[in-house]
Parts: sequence; structure tokens; C-alpha cells
Amino acid sequence: MASSPPRPIVSIKGLEKTYASGHRALKGVDLEVHAGEIFALLGPNGAGKTTLIGIVCGLVRATAGTVIADGHDIAQDYRAARAKIGLVPQELATDMFETVWHAVNFSRGLFGKPRDHAKVEEVLRALSLWDKRNAKIGALSGGMKRRVLIAKALSHEPSILFLDEPTAGVDVELRRDMWDMVRRLREQGVTIILTTHYIEEAEEMADRIGVIDQGEIILIEEKHALMEKLGRTRITIGLKEPLAAIPPMLADERLALAGDGRTLVLTLMGEGEGAQGAADLIKRLGAEGIDFTTIDTVKSSLEDIFVDLVGKRP
Amino acid sequence: MNLHAVRAIYAFELGRTLRTLFQSIASPVISTSLYFIVFGSAIGSRMQTIDGVSYGAFIVPGLIMLALLTESISNASFGIYLPRFTGTIYELLSAPVSAIEALMGYVGAAATKSVILGLIILGTARLFVPFEIVHPVWAAAFLVLISVSFSLFGFILGLWADGFEKLQVVPIMIITPLTFLGGTFYSVSMLPPAWRTVTLFNPIVYLVNGFRWSFYGQSDIAVGFSLSMIGVFMAVCLGIVVWIFRTGWRLRS
Repeated sequence: MASSPPRPIVSIKGLEKTYASGHRALKGVDLEVHAGEIFALLGPNGAGKTTLIGIVCGLVRATAGTVIADGHDIAQDYRAARAKIGLVPQELATDMFETVWHAVNFSRGLFGKPRDHAKVEEVLRALSLWDKRNAKIGALSGGMKRRVLIAKALSHEPSILFLDEPTAGVDVELRRDMWDMVRRLREQGVTIILTTHYIEEAEEMADRIGVIDQGEIILIEEKHALMEKLGRTRITIGLKEPLAAIPPMLADERLALAGDGRTLVLTLMGEGEGAQGAADLIKRLGAEGIDFTTIDTVKSSLEDIFVDLVGKRP
Repeated sequence: MNLHAVRAIYAFELGRTLRTLFQSIASPVISTSLYFIVFGSAIGSRMQTIDGVSYGAFIVPGLIMLALLTESISNASFGIYLPRFTGTIYELLSAPVSAIEALMGYVGAAATKSVILGLIILGTARLFVPFEIVHPVWAAAFLVLISVSFSLFGFILGLWADGFEKLQVVPIMIITPLTFLGGTFYSVSMLPPAWRTVTLFNPIVYLVNGFRWSFYGQSDIAVGFSLSMIGVFMAVCLGIVVWIFRTGWRLRS
């Protein structure tokens, strides 16, 4: 994947959505998702994530703009486009009285695929649902219901899978399972687009990250590049004796004195710079004869980056 | 044409009927049997024949029609309202399924169920009163046409309704009274002239009379006119459904 240039599998251009209420949910969104990647769309509540997914999947009508999914325009060639897409919605909307087996077979048919019990079995087994195939969906736990929704979305072997807040309200163990499953799907060549407001999730899984806020994509970046570019390392050094001011020898705009002169705080941008920066500072402290008692290094998470990005906007 | 989808929806909806077999089949059969006992046997034995048909036999087409209309409407409306209510409609909306295919699945299943129900009630009626069907092919045609048109109507109702109350109001408050006043239990010619004119504005009069003609070869209204009324009704319903899917009304935001 890394060697060949990325092939766009979902191309969104100038996508606008204004609801009947006058609310502008999307303001000219451009986005390209590469084949075979896990793309995480991050954004606060009401940012437009679900509207965006809704348009690509056919639940919401765009006011303007085009979407091409695996080579097919979602409006003009909706049959071919939708046959390539699987959607796992945010809400646990299920047919309570149906069995897992019937529900998943139904989904496959709905998406225009001939009956194939072996394929459905494979999907159910992959999601550890095979033992529950004859259970009524209503009798399953929330986590199992979520799996049923995933099974339904995968039943017609889509090449693009949308997961709208896949782990909302899901316990930690199941969340891990879900992540494993998503990675396995990617290994099989499925492109995965997920929305989340659990930054941890994007950090853990995504290849690339897009941040959407107030209906606009404000950033699209490879996860590592993003961490590199916007990540921060903060080194906090507890001093033995308080300093009145930062000694001229140490003068550095990245260095600040805090806690009544007992703490030195060094803030470094980018991921790679961290360790080196800390080592340099310690050497210089030694040279200056400044004694210290503690060293604490904190790397910023994607969450900090995200809060920074969104928080700075009006 | 996504025939796999049509089949999936059709089978899914009929499957729902099988799960609720008692509610779907037994309850209309029981209520129709009660009508036969009360009107056909108890009261009907004291009534004279209408146009040479015994009263018990006279009411058979009307009673089948009553069940057919209410069941077609409630089945089809529930079939599409339920996924809207539970949110599972997302799957249909995101599927490569056209309006016509969705209709074939949902309305086809509701109409099939109504036809089966009509036949069951017909068989039940035969246990209470003797009758013969003069034009069986026409009777079958009426049965199918009416089931399909009112399932279409029910489908629209299911899309329009925003609560269970509305789903029930239309069959109970509109269809049942219109059917009762539409000559189910009497011949329109038995009414005083003024009421006879009023009755002709009730579309169900044409359905009941057309269906009765297929049974006994006589009717208050010309059969051709009955048929064209059903045709008009079906065309209007189809037009509305196509408009709904094209605009996404109540379906897509």
C-alpha cells in the first residue's frame, strides 16, 4: 500500500447540505478517501459527521456537490455505488423479533446479492455471531446487536464500510474486539471510514485522520504526520532550589518557569524532538549547576491536538 | 432490476405475517365469523332475499371486502411504518433499491396476505351459508386488484403516519364506516333516493358492488364503472408513492 500511489475510492467534491430548517450542516466539503485505508473522521457533536456519511450512503440528499464511490456517482449511478457500500449506523436500529440469521440474509438480498449461506456463515463466524444465529436480535446484548449491524453491513461484501460511531456505548473489551475486526477487514482490502469522538479510537486505528468542525473539513492528515506536526512534548523538571528567573544561559522561548520558581517547563513541538530536547536541557542544567529532583515527560495525545484545533476556531 | 431485493423484502414481510399468525389471520376470521353468525344466521334468517339472493349469501362479498380493505391497509402501513419507527429503514434507504422494487416487495407482500385472508374468509363463509360464484375469474381479479390498491394506500399511510395512533385512525375512522355505509349489509336500491345519491360518493360502494356482481351476476352499479373506479384509485396511489420516493418525503432529509 505504501509503495503504490493511493487510489481514491471515495471522492467528495464541494458537498453542501442545508437542512429545511436553514441549518447549514456541510459547507463545501472536499474529501478523498484512499482505497484500503482506515480513515477516521473526527469532530465534535453536530460537526456534520453523520450528515456526511448519510449523504454518501443515500440517507440524506445533498444540496450541492458530487460523491463518487468506487467509480460510481452516488446520485446518477446509485445502484452500483450503493452496492459497494456498507453502513453501520450509530443507532442500534434492529428488527427485535427477527433472528440473526434471517436479518443478515435479508440484508444480503436487499443489496442485490444472490443467496449464499456459506458467505453469510463466514461473516457471522468472523463476528463471533455464529452461535447466536438462531437467537432473536431483541434478546441480544447491546454489543452483540452492534455486531449484528456490522454483519448486516458486510453481508453483501462491500468494498467500502462506513462505521458511524462504532464503539459508542460499547464496553472496553468489545471495543478492542471491534478494533481487531476492523483491522482484519482492512487486511481483506475493505476501505473503512469511521466517525468517532473517541480520539483514542482514531489514534489506535486510523491511517489518516480528517477533522470536521461546523460543516467544514479543517484538516486531513496522515496520523503519524499529524502527531509529528502538531504533537507536543512537555518536559516538567522539579528544581531543588527555586529560581527567581530563567538563567540567561538557559534562555529559550520554549522554556518557562512555573510553581513559584520550583518548576521548569519545556514545551517542544513535534513528536521526534522530545527525547533529544529533554537530554539537552538536562545537560545544560548540569552545566549551570542547577540541581533537580524530578523529570516528567508528557507527550500530547491526538485529543490535545484535536482540542487545540477545534478550540481555536470561532 | 434488483430482484434479489424484491424477493428479500417480500419474504421478510411474509415472514413477519407467519410470526404473527394469530393476529394476522385468526382475528379477522373470527370477527368475520361473528358477522355471519349475527347478520347471516340470526338476523338474516328473518330477512327476505335481496334480488333473489339470500341475505346470508348477499353479505358475503361485502364482508370479505371489509376484511380485505382493513387488513390490506393495516398490513401495508405497518410494514413500512415499523422500520421507520425502529430506525431500520436506514438499510432500505442505503440499499440499491428503486421505489418500484420497494413497492413490489412491501405492497406485494401485504396484498398477498390480503388475498390469502380473503380466500380463508370465503371458505369460512361457505361453512355458514351456501353460495356459488358466478364469475370466479372476475372475483379473483377483484380480490387481487382491491388487495393491491388498498395495500398501496396503506403503504402511503405508513409513510405519512408519524405515530401509531394515525396508523389506526384511518382504518377505524374512515375505512370501516365507509365500508359499512357502502352497501356491505344492504343493497343501495333499498335506500331512500336522497341517501342513494349520497352513497354514490362513497368509493367503497363501487368495490363492494363490483365484487358482489362477480358472485351473483347482479349489482347496483355497472361493473365497468366499478372497475374503472378501482383503476383510478390505484393510479392515484401509485402516483403518490412515486412522488414520495422521488422527493424523499418522510424518508430522506
